[in-house]
Amino acid sequence: MDILLQQLINGLVLGSVYALIALGYTMVYGILELINFAHGEITMIGAMLALAVITHLAGSGLPVPIVLLAGLLTAMAGCSVLGYAIERVAYRPLRHAPRLAPLITAIGVSIVLQNLAMLIWGREYISFPPLLPQGWFDVHGARVTDVQLIILVTAGILMLVLDNLVRRTSLGRAMRATAQSPQLAGLMGIDANHIISLTFILGSALAAIGGFLVSAYYGLAHYYMGFLLGLKAFSAAVLGGIGNLRGAMLGGLLLGVIESLGAGYIGSLTHGVFGSNYQDVFAFLVLIAVLIIRPAGLLGQNTADRA
Amino acid sequence: MSHSRRSAWSTYAALAIGLLALPFLLQAGIGRSWVRIIDMALLYSMLALGLNIVVGYAGLLDLGYIAFYAVGAYVYALLDSPQFGLHWPLWAVLPIGAACAGLSGVLLGAPTLRLRGDYLAIVTLGFGEIIRIFLNNLNEPVNITNGPQGICLIDSVHLGTFSFSHNHTTMLPGLTGPVQYYYLFLALTLLVMFIALRLQDSRVGRAWAAIREDELAAAASGIHLRNFKLLAFAMGATFGGLAGGLFAGFQGFVSPESFNLMESVMILCMIVLGGMGNVYGVVLGAITLTVLPEALRMLGDWQLNHLGHVIVDPNDLRMLIFGLALVAMMLIRPAGLIRSRRHQREYAGDRP
Repeated sequence: MDILLQQLINGLVLGSVYALIALGYTMVYGILELINFAHGEITMIGAMLALAVITHLAGSGLPVPIVLLAGLLTAMAGCSVLGYAIERVAYRPLRHAPRLAPLITAIGVSIVLQNLAMLIWGREYISFPPLLPQGWFDVHGARVTDVQLIILVTAGILMLVLDNLVRRTSLGRAMRATAQSPQLAGLMGIDANHIISLTFILGSALAAIGGFLVSAYYGLAHYYMGFLLGLKAFSAAVLGGIGNLRGAMLGGLLLGVIESLGAGYIGSLTHGVFGSNYQDVFAFLVLIAVLIIRPAGLLGQNTADRA
Repeated sequence: MSHSRRSAWSTYAALAIGLLALPFLLQAGIGRSWVRIIDMALLYSMLALGLNIVVGYAGLLDLGYIAFYAVGAYVYALLDSPQFGLHWPLWAVLPIGAACAGLSGVLLGAPTLRLRGDYLAIVTLGFGEIIRIFLNNLNEPVNITNGPQGICLIDSVHLGTFSFSHNHTTMLPGLTGPVQYYYLFLALTLLVMFIALRLQDSRVGRAWAAIREDELAAAASGIHLRNFKLLAFAMGATFGGLAGGLFAGFQGFVSPESFNLMESVMILCMIVLGGMGNVYGVVLGAITLTVLPEALRMLGDWQLNHLGHVIVDPNDLRMLIFGLALVAMMLIRPAGLIRSRRHQREYAGDRP
């Protein structure tokens, strides 16, 4: 088995999920210059909702794709409502307050979501019902499972759709205009509040898909999973250049690969001093390194105020 | 002497007597465990005052503050436990712990100086997690931190042959370990409060306020941004390290789990709730948020006694309530319970 190729594939799969979640961070930041701290928890809620529906329908005899789709759509709908509500309740009233204020409410919201999830779904790990295809195929000595393929294809299609949505449709044009200047966009007849709400809804729906995919990949969901996932996705957004959609996609894929290669090789590189249990450190190291060396990110423009 | 000054003195005297008698009253009144709770409240007050320097004074949002607490605690634990067979005296261990924490504050501060607001928050959060991951994993190949099991059998806080954990009931009835810790922590908390108050209106404190309110204007007025930000990080971290060392000695046991992100957030909550930048507010916030969960625990007992079973477990609700309180506080009273006058102006004046 080719280890390098295997780690690359694993990294790309995980990275495509990071990219989906990172898109939510980057869209919100692009418009509001706010780090939506609760985004990771929205991802978690998405995974939990999807798993709840799928577990419920698993024994009903419905065909598997319909069960999975029902779970996914429920999660997307639930998270969209949640994202909209969070923006209305916790962020909109503070739009002109000092920057610390919305950040603190964001932390508050994520604590609330986490603990609500714990109260509803319990402290235990929830496992994905055994509905997913178990097959795999061989690519030059590396093993690609069906689930990995599904994740890659889904994430790829979604990214293409979003990219075209933002670049080609009138909604996308309105979003870009609002990101550049809400006041001027308002003068052109764009309702900035409307666009901001839509951005939250779109980002949250993507996060729900990301949560669903990641729980399908690991076969698990947990009320605490959103924290680390959100942090990694945020690192990915910063790596690519926050506010930049293609940057978030690139950053997500890169971070996944870095993490996977790092965890795979750190043991032999350091002669066993550090092991793969340091995997989670890589995201933070990448984040700190990017912020020091190139705060605008790989694809971001170097604006002085940004970092 | 004017009348008002005399009445102020009598208020202070009453307050002092009340504070001195408090542990005995608690012991006699609602039970011994409450003295320990108050001890923890004082430790958290020190921590919150340290973080208040960084967040409240200098306006740098630090979400990994608990890492400095961890550094202080682990330095104490390593130098005063069977882990390496070292048993150093307190006067050496506490300053070393505080200095190590201060140094890590500078190490964190230096690369992140250019970042502001939310970026800084995320990086410090990452830093806190990195420290925790290292504490969790540094048990191999060389066992330093003993990994997730943590370090136990740590020496109690001791001065010469006087150990704060041993009862001295023969000297004075009721002088138990927690009561002695209470006096030690009270003295140190008052010292930290004094330093924090003096800092606030000093040249350094005013420089921090200027940086917080407008970095550009501060720099234009000749304030050296880098040095003053580093100073804020270092001072905040030093207080955190001090509290961490005391925590290790008080608890006799440290493990990485005591230093997770939620602890950082909790300390931030204390500051936000009490009133960012206001020393008395911060202490009030710290005491409220330490005592409240314990009081909520009594609510669980009450349910058990009067309703026969626990309907809602207060432990589960604790963090939920904190989260809601954070959001509500920011929306309704963003400057906290006891507002700092300067902060209040800032929060009121910024709205267009």
